[in-house]
Amino acid sequence: MSSEKVKDKNIVIQIKGLKKSFGENNVLNNFNLDLKEGENLVVLGKSGSGKSVLIKCIIGLMFTDSGSIKVFDNEVTELSHDELDKMRVKIGFLFQSNALYDSMTVRENLEFPLRRHWINTTKENVNELVLEVLNNVGLAHTIDMMPEELSGGMRKRIALARTLILKPKIILYDEPTTGLDPITGKEICNLMLEVQKKYNTSSIIISHDMNCVKITSNRIIVLIDGKCYATGTYEELSKSSDINIQHFFDSIIRTV
Amino acid sequence: MKSKALTNLLKETADLYLFTIRFFKEGFKPRFEVSELINQCFYIGNKTLPLVGITGFIMGLVITIQSHPSMKAFGAESWLPSVVSVSLVREIVPVITALICAGKIGSGIGAELGSMKVTEQIDAMEVSGTNPFKYLVVTRVFAAMLMLPLLVILSDAIALYGAYIGVNMKQVISFQLYSNQIFSKLTFSDVLPSIIKSFFFGFAIGIIGCFKGFSTKNGTQGVGRAANSAVVAATFVVFIIDLMAAQIADIFSIT
Repeated sequence: MSSEKVKDKNIVIQIKGLKKSFGENNVLNNFNLDLKEGENLVVLGKSGSGKSVLIKCIIGLMFTDSGSIKVFDNEVTELSHDELDKMRVKIGFLFQSNALYDSMTVRENLEFPLRRHWINTTKENVNELVLEVLNNVGLAHTIDMMPEELSGGMRKRIALARTLILKPKIILYDEPTTGLDPITGKEICNLMLEVQKKYNTSSIIISHDMNCVKITSNRIIVLIDGKCYATGTYEELSKSSDINIQHFFDSIIRTV
Repeated sequence: MKSKALTNLLKETADLYLFTIRFFKEGFKPRFEVSELINQCFYIGNKTLPLVGITGFIMGLVITIQSHPSMKAFGAESWLPSVVSVSLVREIVPVITALICAGKIGSGIGAELGSMKVTEQIDAMEVSGTNPFKYLVVTRVFAAMLMLPLLVILSDAIALYGAYIGVNMKQVISFQLYSNQIFSKLTFSDVLPSIIKSFFFGFAIGIIGCFKGFSTKNGTQGVGRAANSAVVAATFVVFIIDLMAAQIADIFSIT
């Protein structure tokens, strides 16, 4: 989806004045963000700049110090545990480490989120859903395999399939190409775009892989010192003369 | 340095206390993870039984063989089955079974949950709408509480059979006479306290293993530490519970 088309869409995630610190370390300091429907928003920052903390705060895995996080007009910081569970159905989360349950088969990994939310779903429906998401990531043949039997790229695809099984409206990607070779990384990025089209999702993508950023982003937020340092499209930011922004784009010139 | 270690110990004890309170708050609230509880009962009970059984058999055999010369010296050889059976059922079997379970189950739970923690699997469970505390902790602690008494009862039976073989190595005695001698001295007040305390042993082993696993930090090194410290702490607590059980039994004259 082009940046122009996204401009008129509704806001699905709105963050205002978010603060999060660990002891003396202010990781997020008055951070603001808007994610619009159908948008792929990349949050770009160095390692340890608080990118992963940001999305963990959005999904309620971490408590915030102050500020507001609204997801579909629900104030995440004020939700009870049960309300948070209901909200999480609408949000998929792709972990950096994939976080596949290593004692379960691929099928069991994919069925696991369903067991909580769709108690009355029949076994046939569950099987159908599992096969559907596996076909969407091109790995239907791995259904009875264990995660340890899969390559890094395959595990990433299965983890993506697991986030898709509840048909989320928003997907949060935590460094989706980390640990993958450039070719597999590119395949994953293209798969993310396919998923966005097919499931009509909005995404926040945490990354410092500029190849991934170039492929997937509609808009980029540069996170420096816990604040939104700059925002714009890939083309706009790549032409920036700001040295802090140029550091990120210099890396792609060397790696492409 | 010593004060820092003491502070850490007190902090960990407080965290374990809060973890236990959370167990009681969440353990009796629906939704109940019955299928996972059955899985864990199978894992804890079935997989530990061979080790517990063999150890029980050897303990019964060895204690009988070693007690025989002393009993013979006092001319109380015929008392051997009843004396051995009381010591096996009241103390040796429950404690040895609990120590084996602390090693096998405590370390297993600590390592499994620790590994899940550092690889973000617990977070993944939470974002998929499953309460990981209920699914992982409550099921494991209840399974340990249910299985420990069963393991102790089975191990008692195996140990008493081991003792029968031990008695027969020095003298010939029929199984019926041996049984009569055992059950003439072994009373309900010998069996019940050992079953009750094994229930608490199971709780301690389960909750400590889960606590150590859930509070794992520092990657794979932390997983090893969690497993190790789960065994050490559970072993220590088993002895504390045993001491308390002996005192309580004494107060209520169940001796």
